[in-house]
Amino acid sequence: MIEVNQLHKSYGQQQVLHGVNLQIDKGESIVIIGGSGCGKSVLLRHIIGLVQPDEGDVKIDGQSIADLSERELIKVRRKFGMLFQSAALFDSLTVEENVGFLLEREQTLSPAAIRETVADALELVDLGGTQAKKPAELSGGMKKRVGLARAIVYKPEIILYDEPTTGLDPVVADSIDQLVIKMRDQLNCTSIVVTHDTRSMRRVGNRVMMLHQGVIHANGTPEEIFNSTDPVVHKFVNGIADPKDLEF
Amino acid sequence: MGRSADNPLKEALADLGSVTVLFLEAVRSIAAKRFRFRDLVEQIHFIGVKSQSVVLLTGAFTGMVMCAQFYIQFHKVKMDSAVMSVVSVAMARELGAVLTSLMIAGRVGAAMAAQLGTMKVTEQIDALRTLATSPVDYLVSPRLLAMFISLPLLTAEAIAISLVSGMSVAVFLLGLDPVFLWNNMVFYTWSVDIWMGLIKAFIFAGIIATIACHKGMHCGQGAEGVGKATTEAVVAASITILVSNFFVTLVLNKLLIYQE
Repeated sequence: MIEVNQLHKSYGQQQVLHGVNLQIDKGESIVIIGGSGCGKSVLLRHIIGLVQPDEGDVKIDGQSIADLSERELIKVRRKFGMLFQSAALFDSLTVEENVGFLLEREQTLSPAAIRETVADALELVDLGGTQAKKPAELSGGMKKRVGLARAIVYKPEIILYDEPTTGLDPVVADSIDQLVIKMRDQLNCTSIVVTHDTRSMRRVGNRVMMLHQGVIHANGTPEEIFNSTDPVVHKFVNGIADPKDLEF
Repeated sequence: MGRSADNPLKEALADLGSVTVLFLEAVRSIAAKRFRFRDLVEQIHFIGVKSQSVVLLTGAFTGMVMCAQFYIQFHKVKMDSAVMSVVSVAMARELGAVLTSLMIAGRVGAAMAAQLGTMKVTEQIDALRTLATSPVDYLVSPRLLAMFISLPLLTAEAIAISLVSGMSVAVFLLGLDPVFLWNNMVFYTWSVDIWMGLIKAFIFAGIIATIACHKGMHCGQGAEGVGKATTEAVVAASITILVSNFFVTLVLNKLLIYQE
């Protein structure tokens, strides 16, 4: 279970998170939506301990991670898999080395078993046979799939997706959404997807939270969020610009 | 980390503290053998093997030019045969370590900062952390250890090639007697001179690798951030080498006692 309590974070004068509270149960599939720059990715990075909060706390399975050292966090992060917005593949390594990175570091499997596990993970994301390629040889969608294979290969309990469909064409974005659903169903893990893609939100989430002005502004099922009468939520999910923003 | 841009002293002290913490963390990681042997070998290849041309050229031409310059001065007082002993002592105690380190700071330090800086801005360092891997174990430790191993060896190589090239200039260009040159050089060059150069190279290795990795891992955003980090790494490492060389020399002069 993931608990976030009164999370505050500022960068210089800009306050990004202003007392975020949320609770995510095991096996849930959560989508966090919100406008660009509202702090969605920052919140995700707090959950995995990549960023330290100014105030507040994040608990993973009851363990507070806000004050853990980098070495202590390593153990906690083993529960997580994360797909980055840019995929963040290691460009000096091949696809196989990228996907098998953690397995190779842990050395609990034989090299042959690692190769087999990596091949299975790549098959799962429909990228079988690309083991020898370098990230520079892959398209944006393929990179995201490899990033996803790397995030799921060691069967984490929680998978975090940072803008998984941003910058992809609608067909590739759809295939990534299908993969996120496939991972959720096959691995039975907790998923947290950060996106501003409302189509994606409707498909992959059991529950949707909207981050606005540094707090969770709305929380409900995708249908509840889509049918919300709250002006902020309504404008966001229907893509309606504020008249003030249209004054040039 | 919030930085106060209007207080450079505070910023410099914060940087110094941060570099020191990184160095200690990397040393602990090396002691606990948390790095991969393959990464260490790759880094030794990158630092040691790929720097051969730079180090050989630096050592050779420094030895040659020093020989030519000292000859002019020593010839005035009829001490021609002492030329190589001065070249040898100067190279062993000072120039071998300092010049090799400056060249390596430029070639390897810049590459380290650029590589780690690019990894930072493309979120690869964050990806490492999410894969339950410490960036210090994976990136810094092998680079630091490889530098500790390679730089003293490169320094010894630069000293050796400077002596060979200096001797060649003295014998074939200036027409000096090789036997006198050799005997004087061996007589006046003591093992403590060589130890001093190698100890300095070891210390400079720590300076170059730690500063370069620190600048890379803390670089700003985008291509501009990587470029700035690379420049700062080379400048900071070079200045630190030159300044610390003075203090290291004072300390080693006290510690390394000549024995007749």
